Amino acid sequence: MANPKPRIKIPKTASAGEVITIKTLISHEMESGQRKDKDGNPIPRQIINKFTCAFNGTTVFECDLDPAISANPYFEFNAKVPESGSFKFTWVDDDGSVYESEQAIEVK
Amino acid sequence: GMAVIGLPFDLALAAVEDTEKAIMDFTGGKKPETGKITLTAPEIAENGNTVPVSISVDSAMSGDDMVDSVIIFAEGNPNPQVATFRFSELSGSAEATTRMRLAKTQNVIAVAKMKDGSVFIDKKQVKVTIGGCGG
Amino acid sequence: GGWSKASAQQMLSEDDLLSMDGVGTVTLIHITDIHAQVKPLYFREPSINLGVGEVKGLPPHVTGADFLKLYNIEPGSPQAYALTSEDFVSLAKSYGRMGGLDRVATIVKRIRADRGEDNVLLLDGGDTWQGSYTANQTAGADMVELMNALSPDAMTGHWEFTYGAERVKELVDGLPFSFLGGNIYDAEWNEPAFEAWKMFEKGGVKVAVIGQAFPYTPIANPRWMFPDWSFGIREEDVIKNVADARAAGADVVVLLSHNGFDVDRKMASRVEGIDVILTGHTHDALPEPVIVNQTLVIASGSNGKFVSRVDLDVRGGKVQGYGHRLIPVFSDVIAPDAEMTALIDKVRAPYEAELARELGRTDSLLYRRGNFNGTFDDLFCDALLSEREADISLSPGFRWGASLLPGQAITVEDLHSACAMTYPAAYRSMMTGTTIKDILEDVADNLFNTDPYYQQGGDMVRLGGMGYTIDINQPIGSRISGMTLLKSGEAIEAGRDYAVAGWASVNEATEGPPIWDVVEAHLAKNPVVTVNENHSVKVIA
Ligand SMILES: [Mn+2]
Ligand SMILES: [Mn+2]
Repeated sequence: MANPKPRIKIPKTASAGEVITIKTLISHEMESGQRKDKDGNPIPRQIINKFTCAFNGTTVFECDLDPAISANPYFEFNAKVPESGSFKFTWVDDDGSVYESEQAIEVK
Repeated sequence: GMAVIGLPFDLALAAVEDTEKAIMDFTGGKKPETGKITLTAPEIAENGNTVPVSISVDSAMSGDDMVDSVIIFAEGNPNPQVATFRFSELSGSAEATTRMRLAKTQNVIAVAKMKDGSVFIDKKQVKVTIGGCGG
Repeated sequence: GGWSKASAQQMLSEDDLLSMDGVGTVTLIHITDIHAQVKPLYFREPSINLGVGEVKGLPPHVTGADFLKLYNIEPGSPQAYALTSEDFVSLAKSYGRMGGLDRVATIVKRIRADRGEDNVLLLDGGDTWQGSYTANQTAGADMVELMNALSPDAMTGHWEFTYGAERVKELVDGLPFSFLGGNIYDAEWNEPAFEAWKMFEKGGVKVAVIGQAFPYTPIANPRWMFPDWSFGIREEDVIKNVADARAAGADVVVLLSHNGFDVDRKMASRVEGIDVILTGHTHDALPEPVIVNQTLVIASGSNGKFVSRVDLDVRGGKVQGYGHRLIPVFSDVIAPDAEMTALIDKVRAPYEAELARELGRTDSLLYRRGNFNGTFDDLFCDALLSEREADISLSPGFRWGASLLPGQAITVEDLHSACAMTYPAAYRSMMTGTTIKDILEDVADNLFNTDPYYQQGGDMVRLGGMGYTIDINQPIGSRISGMTLLKSGEAIEAGRDYAVAGWASVNEATEGPPIWDVVEAHLAKNPVVTVNENHSVKVIA
């Protein structure tokens, strides 16, 4: 699998306590484990099974993904921004790989 | 004009009862009520491989009025479970959107579990169509 | 509502059609689903347009004599000719062709003159840029040029998107007015792709116009042509846009919609705060508004045949009264606007010779509209069966396309009015009986689902070489039965393969000659068209 590439849409600044919207995408086949190849053999499952967003070390939002999630998993959710800091996004692959991305936000 | 749709599932589809059982597993046997949670999805999928689904729970997301988690099911898929969202005080509001695969026309179901243990449900039929021709 | 009660014998005058006592200070002019028909034409309204569930028997699901009775229209009158299929051929000979964008221009100019330029909004409901030979040749440019000369204030769309995303962006960027579509989103990041609504100050009041493009454009038409856009009904967005418009001070909220009639009627019943829905897509022409709660739902027909005028009396931030007229565009009564005639001639000039080229003639009335078949479609189905050597042919249930009277020549222009599009390939493939049934069930559910939000607004796919029975009140999977291969009289077998020819597939890379070549080749061998009444679909309603 090509190296999954995370992309994040998040404001650069917020006011203290503001609820912002975060959007994330990551390139991934999300092989469901329920398809067969042309010889009729099952194609093994390989999906991202967990996504986490944390702010300054505290969990904001988490998702457990099942094989029904589309390729290139998309998440849109909200977050409260109490102070300046950093959002950390983590995707965990079935094969144990972990993909990460970090975005700073400044409270004005 | 017609389209032939290619879907990511070749295997047999699950029964609706599997979803019922999974809901009970999630709620700890409690029957969920309607209200509080809203599931938004298109009436007809543009592409069964990527169907947007949003959930929103009416909650202050502070103090006692907190959403713990929301689970989404597609009751006509081979495995009905789609995703489980967990929220926190830093979520600000209990809203989330993702995209799912639907093997055929079916009900999509969302169940919310509140911190106080109460459970709420919403569902919507999403049609997966061959494609029609218009006016 | 209603027009003056001119009888069939009475001569109509332009003044009969256009004079109207104004109400209030603001006027909306609505035209929709022109399908690039800029010259006067014959257009037969449907004789069958069934409704299901709660809308069974309600307009627009009333046709023929029942329609005349419902609206108290005298048989044989100009209104009867314009609005129904009753006695169509003989009335067409009496009353002549309808439409013509130069006649529409006359109407628009007159309303602007009567009401004051600053008090009128001209709103185009979409399906404007597609449907003619010249529109296809110019990828919509001819229609953009002609419509710009009418100075619309806003439009929304559907078939416009079948020119592909790049072309749509290019044309929209060049428009001197807004292309509105609150339900069109960027598919990747779920962000609005078009302006959702716009505020206008007209007649001293603030009028918000919200655009609603055809929700099922990526399903009914090829999604691969605009893969980055997602549509949908998105009722929650309509609610939000109404609230935003009211918060911004709108006295009047108008939904310029390409939802289709039943979808709009449902939307009017569920979304508060919309004063007027200018509906489109399902091509219905109704002489009076359908009023749902407080919302006026206005249906303005298709193919340039009608223009709606809606006057609004707005006081204290509320609509207190209205005036309405569905103006039938009788081309022999309404004088063409000379400037628009000249512009139409200019855009058509490079194609005139080809447009006029005769391919054959018809002894039968050729028309499209109707839930299950149309004689123009029968011609297409026959052409597909013979030219593609198929057992069964399929032709989509489009609602656009002009009618031809018995005795008329079939020109290139006429043929293309029924098939001009950007994915015309006439495919031939093997399908099992099960696949054919699945297709019929699927399309039938798009038409007869009892929840309008699950309807797509076309008609049933047309069949050649095959008959069937449809029970419209059953659920999906149970409507279609008695599938029969006409040439042998045998039942269609679930597991057997049949050679099926069709056109307008939404699949990318569909192969085959364009449908117009198929029909032209068929006409070359069969230059005189006679279509017998089609009894191959049995309807249980
Ligand atoms: Mn149309
Ligand atoms: Mn349309």
